[in-house]
Amino acid sequence: MVQKIFPANDIFLKDVMTFTEEEMVKVNVSTKVITQVKICVEEIFVNIAHYAYGDEKGEAKISILYDEYKNAMTFIFEDEGVPYNPLDKSDPDTTLSAEERKIGGLGIFICKKTMDDIQYKYENGKNILSMTKTLDSKYL
Amino acid sequence: MEILKKRDGETLKVDLVGRLDTTTGPELESNLIDELDDVTELILDFEQLDYVSSAGLRVLLVLQKKMNKQGNMVIRNVSESIIEVFDITGFIDILTIE
Repeated sequence: MVQKIFPANDIFLKDVMTFTEEEMVKVNVSTKVITQVKICVEEIFVNIAHYAYGDEKGEAKISILYDEYKNAMTFIFEDEGVPYNPLDKSDPDTTLSAEERKIGGLGIFICKKTMDDIQYKYENGKNILSMTKTLDSKYL
Repeated sequence: MEILKKRDGETLKVDLVGRLDTTTGPELESNLIDELDDVTELILDFEQLDYVSSAGLRVLLVLQKKMNKQGNMVIRNVSESIIEVFDITGFIDILTIE
């Protein structure tokens, strides 16, 4: 397992993306799956950066676990901000026209569709969100 | 992200290079929105765009709504992984993809 702590601020998104990509490249994951995962990692990290700590500064810890047996990777996000379960958000209506659409709410919906599992819990003063994606590593 | 613009009368062609995400989405919106007033055809070329996140979708929706009022918006050369995001979110029905 690898872990990194990032300041909960958008300007560190690039570093979060680099960390995510490097771990996936190590196990030869396809570009397609790397992209799917990065979209979701961005979503969760940016949610923490925007909402977890209000105007205060805070941190987000990201842990990445690779399960060789299942060929799956789990990404765990922890923050000590206000309790918030993004999975509670109702799914957007994807059949509406451009005019009827509201801006926002799509990110977490994309993650629910592209990840194999997403779970949230609030424990010991921490928001803990974990998401797992089955990989398609080339050599396995 | 690089935003390469080419104007031809009322047509504006924009090549996007890099990533359309939380940090670059607002940049694209502010870069384009004032320039669209007399544009009837907006062409976005995604050939060199690697990635669109939900923040990128938000900007595309803003641009599409604006262009619906005054002309057309077309997106060209969309990669498979970006098509997947358009598909999941129903944007595939809102946008015109060539």
